[in-house]
Amino acid sequence: MSEDQKILEDISRSEYKWGFVSAIESETAPKGLNEDIVRFISMKKNEPEWLLEWRLRSFRHWLTMKEPKWPNVQYPEINFQDIIYYSAPKKKPELSSLDELDPEIKATFDKLGISLEEQKRLAGVAVDAVIDSVSVKTTFRESLAELGIIFCSFSEAVQEHPELVKEYLGSVVPHTDNFYAALNSAVFSDGSFCYIPKGVRCPMELSTYFRINSAGTGQFERTLIIADEGSYVSYLEGCTAPMRDENQLHAAVVEIFAHKDSQVKYSTVQNWYPGNKEGKGGVYNFVTKRGICSGRNSKISWTQVETGSAITWKYPSVILKGDNSIGEFYSVAVTNNFQQADTGTKMIHLGKNTRSTIISKGISGGQSQNSYRGLVRISKKADHARNFSQCDSLLLGDRCGAHTFPYLEVHNKNAMVEHEATTSKVGEDQIFYCNQRGISTEDAVGLIVNGYCKEVFNQLPMEFAVEAQKLLAISLEGSVG
Amino acid sequence: MLKIKSLRARVEDKQILKGLNLEVGAGEVHAIMGPNGSGKSTLASILAGREDFEVESGEVTYNGEDLLEMSPEDRARKGVFLAFQYPVEIPGVSNANFLKTAINEIRKARGESALDSKEFLQLMKEKMKLVEMDKTMTQRSVNEGFSGGEKKRNEVFQMAMLEPSLAIMDETDSGLDIDALRIVANGVNALRNENRSFVVITHYQRLLDYIVPDYVHVLYDGKIVKSGKKELAFELEQKGYDWIKEEISAVKA
Repeated sequence: MSEDQKILEDISRSEYKWGFVSAIESETAPKGLNEDIVRFISMKKNEPEWLLEWRLRSFRHWLTMKEPKWPNVQYPEINFQDIIYYSAPKKKPELSSLDELDPEIKATFDKLGISLEEQKRLAGVAVDAVIDSVSVKTTFRESLAELGIIFCSFSEAVQEHPELVKEYLGSVVPHTDNFYAALNSAVFSDGSFCYIPKGVRCPMELSTYFRINSAGTGQFERTLIIADEGSYVSYLEGCTAPMRDENQLHAAVVEIFAHKDSQVKYSTVQNWYPGNKEGKGGVYNFVTKRGICSGRNSKISWTQVETGSAITWKYPSVILKGDNSIGEFYSVAVTNNFQQADTGTKMIHLGKNTRSTIISKGISGGQSQNSYRGLVRISKKADHARNFSQCDSLLLGDRCGAHTFPYLEVHNKNAMVEHEATTSKVGEDQIFYCNQRGISTEDAVGLIVNGYCKEVFNQLPMEFAVEAQKLLAISLEGSVG
Repeated sequence: MLKIKSLRARVEDKQILKGLNLEVGAGEVHAIMGPNGSGKSTLASILAGREDFEVESGEVTYNGEDLLEMSPEDRARKGVFLAFQYPVEIPGVSNANFLKTAINEIRKARGESALDSKEFLQLMKEKMKLVEMDKTMTQRSVNEGFSGGEKKRNEVFQMAMLEPSLAIMDETDSGLDIDALRIVANGVNALRNENRSFVVITHYQRLLDYIVPDYVHVLYDGKIVKSGKKELAFELEQKGYDWIKEEISAVKA
């Protein structure tokens, strides 16, 4: 082992920083899954009959499905009867101000460094926080409402805007879509809902913070974003979880519906607990994220920084249905120790002159495995569609793996599809060059990797970009060697 | 300030330095010349702390401290600077960001406070003039897409920014046209002072027309075989290295 590698191994002692457990009293369903549990969840949420029926249809369909085995990841069989499907903080908050928030929950946010108070005053970010499965508090609601923007928890949307939920739920990710989407459709307990009316440009970043807290709990949140004609919204999502020895399941669904001339920018910094250095514990992150550019000239842009989770299985996708619509995917996926990631995107070109861009940066350290999996499909009618894909992999050390599975299906002759891929190693020469200028090996790796991800970080809102850079540095500790 | 005693070093199975001695005093400029493969770049790499080389015996002290015991970054923080023969590219990291990180690391090690953005920009502006550097170069990624001349100029710019007390220049003149050579040499000359020493490694006497050394050493087969004042460089230029080789074989015989 070289000196550099030794230094890196030594400093890798630092642990997952977000691994505290909040002592929030919660109300939980018994373990296991059957129709009664589905009914229980629906009853707890006081849902209308049609939604219960939809859940039950999803559940029955899920029973007929098999867990997908094609991702390039390995994990022991999940016992779906050993999971708690509903857990809510007991004191169901009905708050008029943040001051009334459960002090334990508030302390949780303070530890996370996302003091709601602070954000309320300074950042102008509207936050919907979801702990375990239930939305705790949505800030800034009134000022958004003045513009006609609806930003609330999914449960509230079901009560207050049932017509919107009914129209759009499952319209982008059908309840039969895949194993985990079907499971989510049956048991989702909360999530965020967002509607931007015609011609409105949302004046602030909307943000959701997800956290799994209770032990043995699955988190199945559901996000639905609807951008009406000519509207714009930038949406942020952050995730953390406590350190636990057992694996926790997170199977979320995000649906984005973009009407004519609208734009949605969705940014994620995912930092679920990745397990310890021996690969024990950590979150299984099996997520379905999809948007549809339904109308002409609409645009959906996904930016993700994935540093956490024991296993990530996630393909934020765009269906480019409207003519001239644009889909973008910018991704940094970091794996370290024994993490496994199989992530990428799907760009489905249906409309004319549709354009998509894919920039994926995979970084693998330790003994981790990092796969990019992407599909670009140009349908027969998608005249003059264009795609540009760039998939870069960076290896830190020689015990990790990087894999690329790009699928291109082109059914139209005048389409233009470009794919570039590179694999590189952080060079000892680069590290030595930094060392010779007084920069330690640890900082040098951070600097080099941050430079490597610059194209993606540039897409993130400023504050998020700073957080992402710090997160990257922490995730990379002990990655070389 | 720099003392090298009977230094022997190898890379893998190959013996490269075979008992090298050299003393450099404060404020002195020493030129090290020699034919290809004589060990010039190895010497530079060992002084900077590159791992590929194994020091077998001998000692190197820098201001009385054992240099070989220090990590490369500690050497840099204590004022050792290497102008690389082949500077590496670091995509996505701007020159300015790179240098700010470096300067503040060095300042931290010296117990000084970090430069804020304003102070840093001021310093950069001042030093850029020394090597006639274009403003845009500081925003470009470190050495990425730089021409050979730009890379070398960037090395001297970094040297100016980091203000080392011992600067080792590894064939900084190679690949430079006459204008670039003049700019680089002017930059170095502007940095000469009584506290800063230079070890200038070069193939050609040409550079020494611009950077006039106090001493010239000839490195051949892993040893310094001849030392003199700057006139030695002229002699070498006229007679070539064969003259030295012959002298040595004559002594051996």
